[in-house]
Amino acid sequence: MAKFLLRRFAFSIFALIGATLVTFGLSRMAGDPRYLYAQEGGYGITEERWDSLGIELGLNWKDGTPKPVVFQYSVWLGNIVRGNWADSLLDRKPVINKIKERIPPTLKMGLAAYIFATVIGIPLGVLSAVRRATFWDYMGRGFALLGQAMPVFWVGIMLVLVFSVQLRWLPTGTLGESGNNPKYFVLPTITLGWIAAASYLRLVRSAMLEVMDSEFIKLARAKGVPNMVVIWKHGFKNALIAPLTFSSLILTGFITGAVVTETIFSIPGLGRLAFESIQNNDFPVMVGTVLVFTFMYVFINFVTDLLYAVIDPRIRFA
Amino acid sequence: MANLDTTADILAKNISGADRGTLARMWNVFRRWPIIPIVVLGTLVFTGVFADQLAPHSPYVADPLDRNIPPVWYPPIVLNAQDSSDALSFPVPVNLTVVEAAIEYGIDPTGLDTREKVQAAFLEKGWKARVQFPTWDHILGGDQIGRDLFSRVIHGARVSLIVTAISLGSGMLVGISMGLVSGYYGGFVDEIIMRITDIWLGLPFILVAIVAVIALGQTFTILLVLLALLAWPPFIRNVRGEVLTLKTRDYVALAKVSGASTFRIMVWHILPGVFNTVIVIATLRVGQLILAEAILSFLGAGIPPPTPAWGAMVADGRTYLNDAWWIAFFPGVAIFLLVMSLNFLGDWMRDRFDPRLRQL
Repeated sequence: MAKFLLRRFAFSIFALIGATLVTFGLSRMAGDPRYLYAQEGGYGITEERWDSLGIELGLNWKDGTPKPVVFQYSVWLGNIVRGNWADSLLDRKPVINKIKERIPPTLKMGLAAYIFATVIGIPLGVLSAVRRATFWDYMGRGFALLGQAMPVFWVGIMLVLVFSVQLRWLPTGTLGESGNNPKYFVLPTITLGWIAAASYLRLVRSAMLEVMDSEFIKLARAKGVPNMVVIWKHGFKNALIAPLTFSSLILTGFITGAVVTETIFSIPGLGRLAFESIQNNDFPVMVGTVLVFTFMYVFINFVTDLLYAVIDPRIRFA
Repeated sequence: MANLDTTADILAKNISGADRGTLARMWNVFRRWPIIPIVVLGTLVFTGVFADQLAPHSPYVADPLDRNIPPVWYPPIVLNAQDSSDALSFPVPVNLTVVEAAIEYGIDPTGLDTREKVQAAFLEKGWKARVQFPTWDHILGGDQIGRDLFSRVIHGARVSLIVTAISLGSGMLVGISMGLVSGYYGGFVDEIIMRITDIWLGLPFILVAIVAVIALGQTFTILLVLLALLAWPPFIRNVRGEVLTLKTRDYVALAKVSGASTFRIMVWHILPGVFNTVIVIATLRVGQLILAEAILSFLGAGIPPPTPAWGAMVADGRTYLNDAWWIAFFPGVAIFLLVMSLNFLGDWMRDRFDPRLRQL
């Protein structure tokens, strides 16, 4: 167990380093980062600022001669670790503050969507496996098929079209003034959670089918164990392992989903910040959001690994 | 998943339906063969390939008079009205159907000249009404600047096809060769390749892609490279797994003994063994690539405008949901149909050729 955890932890660290390397590499591949200010449609820059920025960003030594890329990376990484995350090009506010105030809405929405996905996906998956080839099974599979084939952004827009524009039942966007009004959460939650619910449904269904076909289920039935106990205790518990390993994939799908959903529903979260930074060509903010999202991503992966080990004794004692 | 049914299911079906009619037999054919997905896919590929011949209009040329005109089945609509004394004034949106407007003005809505009468009634009040007739010329209506939506959707199919074909092809090539090398040599090379794959999978793709597009410029090539990078990890993993078992087979050992070069063994003796897996993964992966491309285009980091990409078209239509839902609706339907039929086909092929991949 300890060895497994250590391995996963080391891997998470590597993934984070990889992420910083990729973002740093991309930002340097674009050429001198200062050109982002000076380019056509950029923000403009004076010559003095150009020189001072070179030192600030760790591009040049104090006397103005350029630093090697490795040193540039270490300076950049050092700043990131120390929480010294450059300023937004747009309004000169520190990126880290901007990100901090954008995290709660994203977490709230992600949590709502995750609850939606589990509450809808898992029971429906069990139901469609147990009631195979009946109405419920077709319903469940139809729901999953739609969820996996429809693009997230289109689902969101169509929900707005039907429930906000035509029927006028629900608000078109934002999380409301208090940020806690459940009415505002309905559409974003469905938009974000549908794919996840669909994946859970499919995974639970196929795992359940496999488990319900095994010998120990037949034994339990032969012993006369009540149907509900067979399904939930003998079947479901064993069928849960496979879907759980995919939980990290499902949760990480939320990151892409968050960018799209928050954009559609104008939710002031991290995803929307990422989208705004694209629109404004605000590179520091973009790098910041990508780093935060990557951190969440790696963290989620690590936690699901832990859960996996807790649930499946074969891993715990291997 | 709809097409996969175990023998038990099929047997149960056959036993229960002792006197099966033609309908039941047809239903069975539809269940067992992915006919509908193939038809849908075929249609989309056909329209994509022959987009120039099939599209009634250019996807780029806009006619301001066709702005936001509704699809053909819509009733004629009074789009807006302009102050008739001031030609430069801004038209006021009306959005009444002609029948509604006629009733409002007390005109008999069943007459043939209703449109003229309505316009006359508007003119009497000092307004120059613009009545918009949906026409067969624009089956799905016009978009926000007056381009024919149908033509754009058709050309969008071509864009999607080109993008996915190239990125999937190159992603497959890289993935398969890396998987072969990794599985065959094992050891250090394997470790390096697999760790890189893991780390790459540990990054949120869409965001990395966005950063790359902004940093390196929004061009077609960069988009293709990025999507190819999205495509390869599953190939590498599964091919490697296959190779690990294939390389222990006797025929590989025999080839080695008879002096075949490593390259020859990999290409002639091992590669054919992984084809099934590769085809199945490719089909299952295409849908995801199309969705990824659509999302990037939607976020404005995909194919540069004015090329008609479905994702970007949905993004355009978003602003006009109130008065022209069709702009966002139809491109989305196209994506949905394409991805759904690909998913169906992929599931079917997996169950047919490689049931071990069930977990994918």
